[in-house]
This record gives sequence, C-alpha cells and structure tokens, in this order.
Amino acid sequence: MTASQVRQIVIDIIADIAPDEDVTTLVDNKSLREQLDLDSMDFLDIVMELRKRHKVEVPQEDYPKLASLESCVAYLSPKLA
Amino acid sequence: MNYDCIVIGAGMSGLAAGIRLAMFDKKVVILEKHSIPGGLNSYYQRKNFEAGGVRQFDVGLHALTNFIKKGEKGKPFSKLLKQLRLSYDDFKLHPQTYSKIQFPGLSLKFSNDFELLESEVRSNFPKEIENFIRLVETVKNFNELDLTLGYRSSRETLNQIIKDELLTEMLLCPLLIYGSAWEDDMDFAQFVIMFKSLYFEGFGRPEGGVRTIISLLMKKFEEVGGQIRFRTPVSEIKTNQKGVAIGVVANNEELLAPVILSSIGYPETVRLTNKFPSDKVPRTGAMTFLESIFVYDKKIPLTQNDSTIVFYNNSPKYSYRPAVNYFDSSSAVVCFPDNYETHHTAGEGTVRVTYMANYDQWKNLSREEYDMKKETVGNSAIDLVKKLVPEFHGKLLFKDIFSPLTIEKYTWHMNGTVYGSVDKTRDGRTPVPNLFIIGTDQGFLGIVGSILSGISMANLHGLMNGSEA
Repeated sequence: MTASQVRQIVIDIIADIAPDEDVTTLVDNKSLREQLDLDSMDFLDIVMELRKRHKVEVPQEDYPKLASLESCVAYLSPKLA
Repeated sequence: MNYDCIVIGAGMSGLAAGIRLAMFDKKVVILEKHSIPGGLNSYYQRKNFEAGGVRQFDVGLHALTNFIKKGEKGKPFSKLLKQLRLSYDDFKLHPQTYSKIQFPGLSLKFSNDFELLESEVRSNFPKEIENFIRLVETVKNFNELDLTLGYRSSRETLNQIIKDELLTEMLLCPLLIYGSAWEDDMDFAQFVIMFKSLYFEGFGRPEGGVRTIISLLMKKFEEVGGQIRFRTPVSEIKTNQKGVAIGVVANNEELLAPVILSSIGYPETVRLTNKFPSDKVPRTGAMTFLESIFVYDKKIPLTQNDSTIVFYNNSPKYSYRPAVNYFDSSSAVVCFPDNYETHHTAGEGTVRVTYMANYDQWKNLSREEYDMKKETVGNSAIDLVKKLVPEFHGKLLFKDIFSPLTIEKYTWHMNGTVYGSVDKTRDGRTPVPNLFIIGTDQGFLGIVGSILSGISMANLHGLMNGSEA
C-alpha cells in the first residue's frame, strides 16, 4: 500500500467519526488535535475503526504515534503492507 | 449462549453501551425486564375517551439538558453524537424559552444563553456578582469527568465562594432536584456536571418527546447488529470460584460473557450476586418523587406563562429531602412541555408537577388510602398551577399521578429512587471483577449523562479492557 493510500485510509476514518470536520485542508505534519475537534474518545474510535476495517491492532502505548497524519502514515504503513 | 458482553437494562445508558460494543463487532445482548425500552425515561399512553385515539406521555423527561446548537463542538451532546454516529437533526431539538427559579418575592431566570442568568444575578444580587463569576470560573476549570474523584460537598464548596445564602439556595435548587441522590447536598463533581448542563448549556426537547430519543437509539442498536430481549429479567449474576462475574441467569437461561455492564442501579445489581462483600453494599438513596400530569383543553397562552420550567420554592431555604408528610408541597418543579420554541399553538396543553415524596409512607398505605392520597397530591398540584398561572382557565381533561411505588413498579429501582444510590462508582468498577455499573449509579446525570455513561463505560471496560488511554 502506498503512503497516499494509507493517508486516505486515516482520512476516511476521521471523516466518518467526525462528520462535521473539514478533512480536506489537513496539514500532514501538524497534530490532528490542533486542527480538528478530536478528544480521547475519538482517538479510540480511530483505533477501533483501523481494527474493524483493516485488521490493524494499535496497542495503547502506540496511540501517540497517531498524533499527526504524517506519523500515522509512518506508523501504519508497515502494518498495512 | 455465549456473548462478548451482556448489558442489563435497556435504558439510555444500556442502549448507548450496547451500540458502542456492537458497532465494533462485539457480540452483545441487552436484557430488559420491562416490555419496552427507556428505563427511567420511558413513555406510556392512555385512551382519550372524549376525542378517541390515545394521548402519549413521557415519563421522566422534562427536558433534555446539555442543549447545543447545531455544529457546536466539544460539548457533552456533541461527543454523544460522534460516539454513536447520530446526526444532530435526528433529535429534532426545540430549545426552551427560558426557565426560572422562583423563591418568595424573587426569581432568577435562565435560558440556553448563560448571559441571562448572569444578568439576573447581577440585578438581584449585586453584591454577589463577583463571587458568582468566581464560582463560574471554578466550575469551568473543574474536570468533572475525572473518574478518580471522591465525594466533596457542594454546599461547603459554595459557602466558601458565595456569601448570600439565598443565592446559594436558589442556584442549588434546580441542580439538586434534577439529579442529586444525596439529601440537601450533592457531590461537587455532580454539581459541576449539572451546572454546565443546565446553566451553561440549557434545555431542549426533542419533537415527539422521549420516544424520539429511544427510537433513535433502538434503530442504531439494530443497525449495528445488537440483540435485545424484552421481558427478560436477570435473576442472578453468576460468578466463578474466584468470585469473577462470568454471566447471568435470565428467564431460567444461562448467558455467559466476560464483561457484564449493569444499568439497573448499584444496590439493585448487588442483590443479584451472592459474591458481594457485605461491608461494601452500596446504600439505597432516599430521594423519590411524585409526578402529576395534567392535560387541559387548550394550551396556556404564552402571554400568561412563557417559561418552560419553573423551579418553585415557598421559603428562602430550599429543603431537598424526603417529605415529612407523604409529599412536600413547599417546593415543586412545574414543567410546561408546550413552552419550547415550536410552531404549534392549537390543541391540548400539558403541565407536569413534581414533588418530593417519602417512599416508606407511601409503601405503608392501604389501596384505598393510596388512592385518596394521590387525589390530595393532584389537588395540591392543580392549586400550584393556578397560583403560577392565575389567568389561565383551561378545562382539565385528564390527570395522572405517579408515586414512588409507580416508579418502583416500572423501573425496579429500590424505594422508587430516581437518582439512584448515594454510593457512586465513577469508574464503573465493583468489588466483583468483570461486573461494571453504568448509568445513574456510575454518576453522570440526565439523559445526556446516562448516554455518555454507557458510552464511556463500554469504551473503558468493553473496548479498551479497563485501562484509560
């Protein structure tokens, strides 16, 4: 899977769990929390959706690695390969 | 049968927990004793003998607290929408006009715009306005969702900030009667939850009342593949030799699951397991209520009464404790459910009057005395409505009164409590591993609170295996 495909997977999930947010203007190296109204419940949902849709497990200690789109792509790419 | 999770009770918290679990492919079943969902916030109907058809009534819900406008973010209600993947428009919320706290010779209005309450305090308690603003800051900066908090008295905290006792009484009045399991006081974390949900955010009512909310939750639960069984009372929570909860017995059938979420109340849950340490049995709360519903042949014109809810008290001190003599007519909540910003103006009008009651006294009445006492309550409530709206001369078409025994009968809450036990378990844990409490006795309040309780406990114990992110 290419980096842009992985990026799209994350964006699709965010768009579903936070339907009122504009995901088209996200800056990749800025933290998601700075750009969107996401709380810890939403991050849990990103993790749960990754498991449900793509069978990817994100252990709790790795949640910080989902901080920005860039770090998501770096962390998830090997798992989605 | 084996499940990933069993939820006891199909009230707001049970349905919300069920949705969260089923949404992420957990095999979940909700077991409900009653024949319909809703729990403490349910509904019923009665025949309309004059005009034919039926009249629909809500039980519990006067108002949905935590009102937000569409698109507002970071609020409890917006969290609920996101977590359950529901849309704001589905709730068809109508905001309140305003509500008021009416004490002798003085009233404070509040609405969904906090500035109204602040300006009311400024004009009625000019010496207290700076203290009030300090209280508001304290409330804003308090993390009421911290699951590790212990009990802290709201009165003690308020007395350190507000000097005029009358203002303290008036501010406490709606917050106590809309959520406190404790007599004359409440836990400060719950005070903060209530202050934010009533005064910062305010009231709305879904078009169609509580049925609208329940049917949204039911529909979503079915969509995500959850199972629900009605008329299925749980008679036992089963534990293994180590005292860990492993399942339940319901309608003589054994259902097994590694996670059990109970929304039926903390003491009520304890009754179902014999593994509970006897020194840790939570206490049953004493606060229970009577509610009278009146239907008039026309709506009360907005020119005569434009408030949505009146928190009435006839003395400078607000007494929040079981009535000394069956019911306490010195204070009441009077709800005018037609006075939300809606368009309809014709048709019948409804008023609901809630009094504090005394469970033990009602329990000891004979059938005949019980009916007579209910009549007395109804008459007192009608007099109060006349006092609050003296110009209104509608014809009374229908009345119904529920007592603490009615609440007990339909919700199975011991002693007819509405706000549950005085012992809350904020992280949901009980001394029995794998058995968790959700809903009122976990400690979030109101409909939005119950739903968030179900969501957060399902997240914590059903999806994250008990450790917070």
